Amino acid sequence: MRKFIAKRLMLSVVILFFVTFIIYVLMRCLPTSYVEAQAIRLAQQPGSKPYEEWLVQLEAQYGLDQGIIPGFFQQLGHLLRLDFGDSWKFTIPVLEKFRQVIGISFVMGAVALLLELVIAIPLGVVAATKQYSMTDYVISAVALAGISFPTFFFATLLKLVFSVKLGWFELNGLHSTAAIVGNMSAWQYFMDAVWHMVMPVTTLVVLSIGSLMRYTRTNMLEVLNADYIRTARAKGLSEGKVIYHHAFRNTLIPLVTIIGGSLPGLFSGALITETIFAIPGIGKVSYDAMVAGDIPFSFFYLTFMAVLTLAGNLIADILYAVVDPRVRIS
Amino acid sequence: MSKDMEKQNDLQEEQYSLNDDRRVKVLSPGALVAKRFFRNRLAVVGLTMLVSMFLFSFVGGWVVPYSEDQFFYTLEYQKKEYAGVTENTEYHYLVAPGQELPTLVRANLGIVLGKEDMLIYKGAKYYIEAVGEELYEITDDKGALLGLAYMDIINPTQSGASFSYEFSYNALMTCAEGGGSFEADGKRYDMTEHGVITQDGQDVANVGRLIVQSRVSGRSIPQIFKDRVAEAIENGETEFTLTVDGQEREYTMTYDPGKRIYSVMEDTPTQVYDKYAPPGGIHPLGTEGNGMDVLTRLMYGGRVSLIIGFIVILIETVIGVILGGISGYFGGWVDNLIMRIVDIFYCVPSMPLMIILGSAMDAMMVEPQIRMLYLMLLLGFLGWAGIARLVRGQILSLREQEFMTAAEASGLSVRRRIFCHLVPNVIPQLIVNMTMGLGSIIITEATLSYLGLGVKFPFASWGNIINEVNNSYVLTEYLWVWIPAGICLLMTVLGFNFVGDGLRDAFDPKMKR
Repeated sequence: MRKFIAKRLMLSVVILFFVTFIIYVLMRCLPTSYVEAQAIRLAQQPGSKPYEEWLVQLEAQYGLDQGIIPGFFQQLGHLLRLDFGDSWKFTIPVLEKFRQVIGISFVMGAVALLLELVIAIPLGVVAATKQYSMTDYVISAVALAGISFPTFFFATLLKLVFSVKLGWFELNGLHSTAAIVGNMSAWQYFMDAVWHMVMPVTTLVVLSIGSLMRYTRTNMLEVLNADYIRTARAKGLSEGKVIYHHAFRNTLIPLVTIIGGSLPGLFSGALITETIFAIPGIGKVSYDAMVAGDIPFSFFYLTFMAVLTLAGNLIADILYAVVDPRVRIS
Repeated sequence: MSKDMEKQNDLQEEQYSLNDDRRVKVLSPGALVAKRFFRNRLAVVGLTMLVSMFLFSFVGGWVVPYSEDQFFYTLEYQKKEYAGVTENTEYHYLVAPGQELPTLVRANLGIVLGKEDMLIYKGAKYYIEAVGEELYEITDDKGALLGLAYMDIINPTQSGASFSYEFSYNALMTCAEGGGSFEADGKRYDMTEHGVITQDGQDVANVGRLIVQSRVSGRSIPQIFKDRVAEAIENGETEFTLTVDGQEREYTMTYDPGKRIYSVMEDTPTQVYDKYAPPGGIHPLGTEGNGMDVLTRLMYGGRVSLIIGFIVILIETVIGVILGGISGYFGGWVDNLIMRIVDIFYCVPSMPLMIILGSAMDAMMVEPQIRMLYLMLLLGFLGWAGIARLVRGQILSLREQEFMTAAEASGLSVRRRIFCHLVPNVIPQLIVNMTMGLGSIIITEATLSYLGLGVKFPFASWGNIINEVNNSYVLTEYLWVWIPAGICLLMTVLGFNFVGDGLRDAFDPKMKR
């Protein structure tokens, strides 16, 4: 088992190396005039250095004065020391900005995942046990509709209905003006933020329950067709016992795997949802940085996302081995 | 009656007969799949939605009379100042030939006119005789006419024209009598009761208290307008309509007591983009912020979205099938290498990358057409990893089966074995995957276009039509601009997902139905 994990870990590092290389090459292929524009912008700020000095400094800072390969290794050196440099857009170290915004994204993601599990798994089980019934059709249709909704359209519809027409929520932001001005108690401040999170979390949950629901249904169906379920029924067990003791427990194997694999994703933020609702999480901040051409932050974000994906795969693989003894034997 | 019975009997006989064609019903595997597919209600609904969206996008573009980037204009009425009207409240003087009225005398006359009938100024006597309303003859003590003091002004119809003393005198006198005809300089003139002087039917001048000046350079003011203004002022109207040059126009008058000026505003038609026109009329779904027809944009947008979806999925599938096929068939180090490449591409975060490249293309000002090409290529090259994994997994299990041993034994080349014998067996899963994938590609493209980083103006795409909601006024007031685009998008993606789901069930021979 330890050997297996070590092997997977090594492989992940190798993959990460190449992914960062690809990201680096792409960043380097962005037009150089981009850095020049950045230098012009920086030079125009009051009391700043002249343009040429900025250009030289920026190029040296990002290893742009070297070839792609040496530049990459220099960048890799910085990366290993967790030094991502200063963000161009936010003018503070990348990691500091990251620390400021990751909390809200994590909370949002965690709440959304929890709701998703609570809603999707029971519905998936029900759909599987009543295959081809009206319930199954409705659940499947709703699940597919959730998958099919473009995030931005759903979010905009929510805004139209609940903030414009009904006026329950504010259009966007994490705090209302009163909270920012500061005449609120700590509890009110907290509730204000929670109130602002309702619509973004709803968007996340509605759009993501579909896939988990269908996954549960498919796996449950597979288990229900297995021989040991027939045996259980033949023994005369009650239907409830068959489904929740024998079938559902076995469905948990793939479920635990996939849920474990999605845990790192909690840190990735929701790019589109956060941007639309102006929630200052990692997603929105990264979007702003990327659109503004903030190379250091973008590089960090892309690398971070790749690490999260790899971590997710790794956790899923390991969990699979832990949960299912058959995998360990083979 | 009997005929009906016979028919029913025939039918029954046919049902119970054991002819060869009835005893064994053979269905090809394809027909079985189709049968299973059409039994699935959701799949049929999805197929209907897809077909209607395809017709809408591809046929609609031909049928609709407008083109993708046709702007529409509308006439907007803007109030512009047309004329200024002042009422004359001071006396003007018409001096007889050979006589004179010094300025100081005029000033003094202005005070006494209408109150006294004589003015003595510096020893000279001036007799004043009223001959009409606000019209006085001024004579000296010898009885000689010095001139006229009057308030009604003679406005020439053609600006710049001047009139002789005789004409002016006669005109004023006739006006005081309330119209009529008079002769001056050997010509005959007629005057209406409104003070309009004509010669042989031609307008020459008009006599009146009002001075109407045009405020628009190069536009003279027709007499009919002047008459109408006079009437309006008399009746205290502030708005009136008038047909000038065959065009009915609305005028609004405001009075500025400080300057004693009536200014007349005219509703002038100005050509502007027909922005956010509500649905109805020639635009069944209204127009959007650029003055384009929403329905037409939706049709062309659908075309763009669907074509992009198909090209991207094609690129993904070709790369995925080739690499996955090779990897699965050969195994060993080839498999290892290709799968690591797949892992790498799996890890590259494609959405953030597309956003970065999109904004870089913005900075480089790439042509919208070339941009669309890049968009397709990039989405294709970033998305093939999943398909490669699927194909490899299937082929790994398929290559151990007997038919592959047979293929090997019959001496087929490796290429034929992979692409003619293994890959066709993967096609069912591939089709399902492509159908579902199309939906997600369309969403990705729409999201990018919504962010303004995908398909760009002047090309339409469902995403960039919805982009307008970033203007919160559009979000709340102009629903027809973005809701239909969202519904089209939803219908299409839902259609692909329903059909994909139905196909998955239909292709699976283990399914009960």
